[in-house]
Amino acid sequence: MTTTDYPLAERRRQEFVAGARATIPLIVGAIPFGILFGTLAEPSGLSALGALAMSLIVFAGASQFIALGLLTAGAAMPVIIATTLVVNLRHMLYAANLVPKIRHLPQRWRIPMAFGLTDETFAAVSNRYLQQEDSRELHWFYLGSFLAMYSNWVLCTALGVGLGKMFPDMTRWGLDFAMSVTFIGMVVPYLRNTPMWAAVIVSGAMAIATAGMPHKLGLMVAAICGIAAGLSLHLLKRRGEMTKHEQPAVKHGEETGG
Amino acid sequence: MNEVTLIFGMFLATFSVRYLLFAVAGRVHFPPWLNTALGFVPPAVLTAIVLPAVLMPNGELWPSLANPWLLAALVAAAVALVRRDLLTTILVGMATFMLLRFGFGL
Repeated sequence: MTTTDYPLAERRRQEFVAGARATIPLIVGAIPFGILFGTLAEPSGLSALGALAMSLIVFAGASQFIALGLLTAGAAMPVIIATTLVVNLRHMLYAANLVPKIRHLPQRWRIPMAFGLTDETFAAVSNRYLQQEDSRELHWFYLGSFLAMYSNWVLCTALGVGLGKMFPDMTRWGLDFAMSVTFIGMVVPYLRNTPMWAAVIVSGAMAIATAGMPHKLGLMVAAICGIAAGLSLHLLKRRGEMTKHEQPAVKHGEETGG
Repeated sequence: MNEVTLIFGMFLATFSVRYLLFAVAGRVHFPPWLNTALGFVPPAVLTAIVLPAVLMPNGELWPSLANPWLLAALVAAAVALVRRDLLTTILVGMATFMLLRFGFGL
């Protein structure tokens, strides 16, 4: 180890800790949700061991809940797996968003990062990328966030399995509201300009309108409509600014691909 | 049902979706408009998850202040707008929900 390695190692450690710390509020929101998953498993027909294995290996909150619902409804295994795929399609949008930030990393980093790509870690990490220009060591921040989220999810599942045996009526306490309130807290800071408001309003309205679609497909339809609304308004605003100043406002070459 | 197969299948369905773009990240470059569009992803997706959950908690549209999910969500959004602190938002939102649901029996 040379003397220059020390500051780098220290920087990485700091990023890791910062990542775990930034994820604490999201963990508070995920605790009731994880416990609820554990309590629901056995009444849905998934063994205690199966519930733990699912949290350890699949690590996808919303899909795990939907799988329980489908198990209760007696759905066939291919249906559950296909539904998991559809419900997780939003993660492909997250991955697309992160692609420019992870391009410099080797596959041995990308694989665990992909495994840990949850709503919460994505929110924590994209917030960090917004604040910090130099993103070369931010994969340590990502790792800290992912491991904090992951260990909490597995622990809460175990806790839920145990509590579910003690208090069978826990499933009716409304613990699922914790996820809604966490996501509200995550969305509000984005609402700083008209295109963002448009994206959120259109997406929300479309989600209600398409709520009857099977396999939560409405979620993707709504998100894409919201993104389209936000993007259109963003491009219109830009065009308006350009004509006002009578000169093309080419910033970072952003207009070239539109 | 074979739980091992189920969990392995769900793992493949989840991981492949998350990994696909990461795997080829060195070779794909998005046009600028797509990068702008992807910036709208987090709020659009999260809103599409939350709004049906609080407006249709029992599967049917319930746009009333007697709906504890909706009322607590509005309180949480107000707290988030004023304080911009996630932990406060979550704690106040959950406390409001529990109070409405079990304190007032809504």
